[in-house]
Amino acid sequence: MAISALASGIVPNRLARRQYADNFSDLHPRLNDHEAMVAADQCYFCHDAPCVDACPTEIDIPLFIRQIATRTPEAAAKTIFSQNILGGMCARVCPTETLCEQACVREVAESKPVKIGQLQRYATDALMDSDIHPFNRAASTGKKIAVAGAGPAGLACAHRLAMKGHDVAIFEARGKPGGLNEFGIAAYKTVDGFAKREIDWLLQIGGITLKPGVRIGGNLTIRQLKADFDAVFLGIGLGGTGRLGLENEDMAGIRDAVDFIAELRQAGDFSTIPVGRDVVVVGGGMTAIDAAVQSRLLGALNVTLAYRRSLDMMKASRHERDLATSKGVRIITGAVPVAIRGNGSVEEIEFEYSDDNLEPTGHKFAIPADQVLKAIGQKLADADLPETENGKIKTTGAGRTSTEGIWAGGDCTLAGDDLTVTAVAEGRDAAEDIDRCLMS
Amino acid sequence: MADLTSNFIGIETPNPFWLASAPPTDKEYNVRRAFEAGWGGAVWKTLGEDGPPVVNVNGPRYGAIWGADRRLLGLNNIELITDRPLGINLKEMTRVKKDYPDRAIIASLMVPVNEDCWKEILLRVAETGCDGVELNFGCPHGMSERGMGSAVGQVPEYVGQVTEWCKKHTCLPVIVKLTPNITDIRKPAQAARDGGADAVSLINTINSITSVNLDSFAPEPAIDGKGAHGGYCGPAVKPIALNMVAELARTKSLQGLPISGIGGIGTWRDAAEFLALGAGNVQVCTAAMTYGFRIVKEMISGLSQYMDEKGFSSIDELVGRAVPNLSDWQNLNLNYVAKARINQELCIKCGRCYAACEDTSHQAITMSKNRIFGVDDGECVACNLCVNVCPVEGCITMEQLPPGSLDERTGKTVVAQYANWTQHPNNPGACAAE
Ligand SMILES: Cc1cc2nc3c(=O)[nH]c(=O)nc-3n(C[C@H](O)[C@H](O)[C@H](O)COP(=O)(O)OP(=O)(O)OC[C@H]3O[C@@H](n4cnc5c(N)ncnc54)[C@H](O)[C@@H]3O)c2cc1C
Ligand SMILES: Cc1cc2nc3c(=O)[nH]c(=O)nc-3n(C[C@H](O)[C@H](O)[C@H](O)COP(=O)(O)O)c2cc1C
Ligand code: SF4
Repeated sequence: MAISALASGIVPNRLARRQYADNFSDLHPRLNDHEAMVAADQCYFCHDAPCVDACPTEIDIPLFIRQIATRTPEAAAKTIFSQNILGGMCARVCPTETLCEQACVREVAESKPVKIGQLQRYATDALMDSDIHPFNRAASTGKKIAVAGAGPAGLACAHRLAMKGHDVAIFEARGKPGGLNEFGIAAYKTVDGFAKREIDWLLQIGGITLKPGVRIGGNLTIRQLKADFDAVFLGIGLGGTGRLGLENEDMAGIRDAVDFIAELRQAGDFSTIPVGRDVVVVGGGMTAIDAAVQSRLLGALNVTLAYRRSLDMMKASRHERDLATSKGVRIITGAVPVAIRGNGSVEEIEFEYSDDNLEPTGHKFAIPADQVLKAIGQKLADADLPETENGKIKTTGAGRTSTEGIWAGGDCTLAGDDLTVTAVAEGRDAAEDIDRCLMS
Repeated sequence: MADLTSNFIGIETPNPFWLASAPPTDKEYNVRRAFEAGWGGAVWKTLGEDGPPVVNVNGPRYGAIWGADRRLLGLNNIELITDRPLGINLKEMTRVKKDYPDRAIIASLMVPVNEDCWKEILLRVAETGCDGVELNFGCPHGMSERGMGSAVGQVPEYVGQVTEWCKKHTCLPVIVKLTPNITDIRKPAQAARDGGADAVSLINTINSITSVNLDSFAPEPAIDGKGAHGGYCGPAVKPIALNMVAELARTKSLQGLPISGIGGIGTWRDAAEFLALGAGNVQVCTAAMTYGFRIVKEMISGLSQYMDEKGFSSIDELVGRAVPNLSDWQNLNLNYVAKARINQELCIKCGRCYAACEDTSHQAITMSKNRIFGVDDGECVACNLCVNVCPVEGCITMEQLPPGSLDERTGKTVVAQYANWTQHPNNPGACAAE
């Protein structure tokens, strides 16, 4: 029985059962053959195509679209995977409107880019559905490499290293691999256990041993890894979170958005996830949007996303914001949280309007809130790392850290930019660099 | 991955995709780029006699027609053979061949119909280390006015004569490139074979005018207000080229004569179709000129995927596979009966099938008030027009009526037995089936 949507407090079962299935269905279902042909037909096969430059993994987009148009989606998939082994996930989660599709010359001509992301999904699904792994391992080199973190950066690095014949051990702190693919990305972007399926498929390359439940820095130190392996790659993401610095911040009903999302991603049955009636999300990035949208989809009656600067400074793209507002999320900008009130658990949160430099204006307002989700950025959780700057690992070139023999990539580095695809690119490039160093 | 290695008249290349003699092969710079992109061979832009080279117009050489979305479907050109000195071309060919020994360089040649001229150029060309020569008997504009190109290709006796001279004066393989501007393509092909040609290649371009400027009343491309007919190529000519290749492939007296297929090839599928209809390899011009050399990557990946799927281990297994299925109309089975079927789930209700059939065919498409389209089997002759005008691929299909069922149009029961026009009672010259 669904509890009334009007019940206050953080409770599960706000919706009728079948509504959960509707709400969390695939955001952009796979194109059918006809749709794919029509979409592929739009590509001009540009020379030195701007979309390729705009893709952090530099997939040969015109080529793979031509391969779709000539009805060889499997060949298209191989073109994609040879640059980006997580091309399946990226096809689902990349904010293409700010990457490849923004650069599409059709965007200039008609404000309507070629549907690159959806075509990428069409191709990668075709190959993965047939359970073909299109790459073979090179002969064994006898070299051993440790990868810390089984997120996009670590997986991409491990796959490329394995392909080159090295033996790779991935140490993953959590009990399950995938990083934010498994614990972070919005549920409606990666339905039907795709994150897990993708990893199973990727591991078919062979030569990769996955060691879940092992946190580097605990009993096993980086120093130990360095001693035991020929090279080390750190793809540990950003496990820590920021704080608002307000009194009552630890009151019941207030939590980090990433934890809320991780729980939701692991739930299996969305109706069991408790959610407030009046949810306030603080933040302006992808995490904030995802937390807000998914709160609505779980049945929260009022969801407000409050960002401290103006709309055009939000990290979430216009496309993401439009998605949020279309799901009934209210977006307030220029609002800095100044007080949390409640009696045992949170009841309202007060904001003060401020300008883009966060100068307070003196104008305040309060919103009722039985749940507050903080999405104000993540940071490194680990100590004892190579040199860091602004709380992230410093790298030069293809992910070289200040310590020889240790590479890093993805969110945990200064070069990371909170994108799955960037993490993949950095993992891959570090692998190439490691290979060059070990084999020369 | 399938092995795409091609052996065409003893010339081995990593794949069967060559660039046809044209601007993409007019100089070292281009051909190097082409080989870097992966092309298996290049037929160098046609070389002429030593001495002052020909000159081209200094205005537009190309006209075009486009499909929806300005997709280039047909290209017309009035370009002549190479306008660069022979010596430079030969030096460049030598250098490129040296750096790319596994790729083919073929010298395309066109000199006056005079044995000495051919002998002289053949001797010089042989020094480049090239893999063969192609005789350009096809250029239909400009050069033909000077008694060369298609002016030779249209006269089988000349074709045979020049081929003979060439075979006499070179040990390189000789490919004769045919013009499609002729009534029966088999005649010049036969002449080439009789003259000793190692292979024929076809087609060269087709006489054409692409458009007329309705303000200046000049045919395009216009040079200072006047135009001349050009040579047509690109996707639009593929069906013509395929037919000509197939005509040669199924002609008894031409059996065993290797064919290099040219005309409108842009994708692996086009190439595979030419191979299936008897071409031993293919040459490409317009598609490379439209999209750049990189298209060969799709051709390579596509053909190898296709061969893997079919279980073909070499190109030879594909070559000619469709030839036995090419027949004369009179041999087609008249007892084969099909009807159009509309998939209601795919139908987007545009009504184009209705317009086509109702206005111009057999009034066999039905339309209800709420735009449900159906087929009246009593009228449908299975002409396939509705299939071809339908914007949704696979929405309308032709389904065979199984033997034993009733063809509502004729009121007759469909029979399993094959019967063709030669046996048909309406044919005054029919001979009874055995
Ligand atoms: C809610 C949310 C939504 C997002 N949505 C999108 C999106 O739609 N599109 C997009 O492109 N990007 C999105 N991102 C960003 C994207 O998920 C990240 O940029 C990407 O996952 C970074 O990959 P990574 O491998 O660097 O780190 P992570 O994915 O964080 O993986 C790091 C892994 O390392 C493990 N680990 C951490 N410390 C240790 C240790 N000491 N020892 C061993 N293992 C360790 C972690 O458990 C984790 O598995 C989103 C992020 C969040 C939080
Ligand atoms: C601009 C242009 C110049 C050409 N020049 C030559 C030539 O010098 N010699 C030749 O044999 N064919 C020439 N051709 C014909 C091509 O080699 C080829 O036979 C023809 O274009 C058909 O192939 P396609 O449809 O792939 O373009 C030329 C074609 C074009 C478009
Ligand atoms: S393609 Fe354009 S720029 Fe290049 S030579 Fe021709 S007319 Fe000039």
